[in-house]
Amino acid sequence: MLAILDYKAGNQTSVRRALDHLGIPCRITADPAVIADAAGIVFPGVGAAGQAMHELTSTGLDALLTAQVAAGKPLLGICVGCQILLEYSAENDTTALGVIPGQCAMFSPALTDEDGEPIRIPHMGWNRVTLSRPCELFDGIDKEAEFYFVHSYYPVPAAEYVIGVTDYGLPFCSIHGRKGLWAVQFHPEKSGRPGLALLANFAAYCKEAR
Amino acid sequence: MLSKRVIPCLDVRDGKLTKGIKFKGNVDIGDPVETARLYYEAGADELVFYDITASSEGRGIMLDVVDKVASQIFIPFSVGGGISTVEDMRAVLLAGAEKISVNSAAVKNPDIISQGAAAFGSQCVVVGMDVKQVPVSEKIPSGYEIVIHGGRKPMGLDAVEWARTVEALGAGEICCNSIDADGAKTGYELTLTRLISEAVTIPVIASGGAGNPDHMADAVTVGKASAALIASIVHYGEYSIEDCKNRMAARGVKVRRVW
Repeated sequence: MLAILDYKAGNQTSVRRALDHLGIPCRITADPAVIADAAGIVFPGVGAAGQAMHELTSTGLDALLTAQVAAGKPLLGICVGCQILLEYSAENDTTALGVIPGQCAMFSPALTDEDGEPIRIPHMGWNRVTLSRPCELFDGIDKEAEFYFVHSYYPVPAAEYVIGVTDYGLPFCSIHGRKGLWAVQFHPEKSGRPGLALLANFAAYCKEAR
Repeated sequence: MLSKRVIPCLDVRDGKLTKGIKFKGNVDIGDPVETARLYYEAGADELVFYDITASSEGRGIMLDVVDKVASQIFIPFSVGGGISTVEDMRAVLLAGAEKISVNSAAVKNPDIISQGAAAFGSQCVVVGMDVKQVPVSEKIPSGYEIVIHGGRKPMGLDAVEWARTVEALGAGEICCNSIDADGAKTGYELTLTRLISEAVTIPVIASGGAGNPDHMADAVTVGKASAALIASIVHYGEYSIEDCKNRMAARGVKVRRVW
């Protein structure tokens, strides 16, 4: 069973629908016992980093999450859930969880695209992920596959945690972490078949790691 | 590098598609969920549902459609039509849509944009605008005026000015529909599309007038739009989504080719 962390700042139901579709048992929960018992944690998020951290700290889920990660529980952070695994976010000047060294920066409106036009913010739509190192989440996924993004801030983790990059005005890190602790800036639950394949790969890893 | 999006638009009334849709092979489809699935499988990047339901009972049916689409179709989709309060927005988002689109309600009460953005985030709030070309005047310096009620009611509001206003209020995206081009299939209103795209820094979806895939390529190159909304050219099976994308790619436009 996968626990989808419920902290009222997430797209929990979208993730649940995708996992249901894949036949992967899951529960949206904030119950420490259920989370401790789960094979893995999905940590979703939409909205702003400040509000998300506020929800986590006011419920004590921040400590629970960091303890679970420290104990080796597999975790997949999505979008804001990916960003606040880092130490700091420029969004709302937020001190974040600090599970992975690094911070989160805002896209500069001065950046330009391949045609020399100013980039539009948010980065909204489909884009590619180029892996800097092998990652089992991408097993069986076409290199040309694209994923759905919608965000104005992007992760800047310490270099050794960069797993893949995406081009939008600049090459930014769109997946970071290490084996068993992954954070993706895009929304796998809204990225069609390649996104569903990534979620299935995460579930398979959790099952094996158990 | 971000792909330009291809977005089929489905008109729904009381839970049913309002136009019969014929894919290649002449299959008539009336169920919006089934049709959405066919477009998802055919490579649509996003979907738009436009709900023209009049009754509250029909609204309930629409939420059921949204829930079913969200459970089976794993690409983003938005719902527009008749949304005029934050509570309307919440209901549609909770049912599973990524975005809600407000049009005439935003013209009548612009606060709905900032309220929606504050409650759900800018990325959820699309402002749809219906635009008609008019003589340039002091009030309408761009020569493009915002209209509502399907183009019947001019609002005395300049389209470029309105685009800047909705961006400032927190809209995450603009869907710019030309009433003059709509249904004519002679191409998008490129001058308008470009004016709006250049006036704001949020993404702009071109709408109204697509008659072939070259028009779509024009919308995202000449018109500088981030996405092209299409309806009849795919609904009646004249072109598949893949035909559209192949042609756009041949014109040098980056589109999503693997799905």
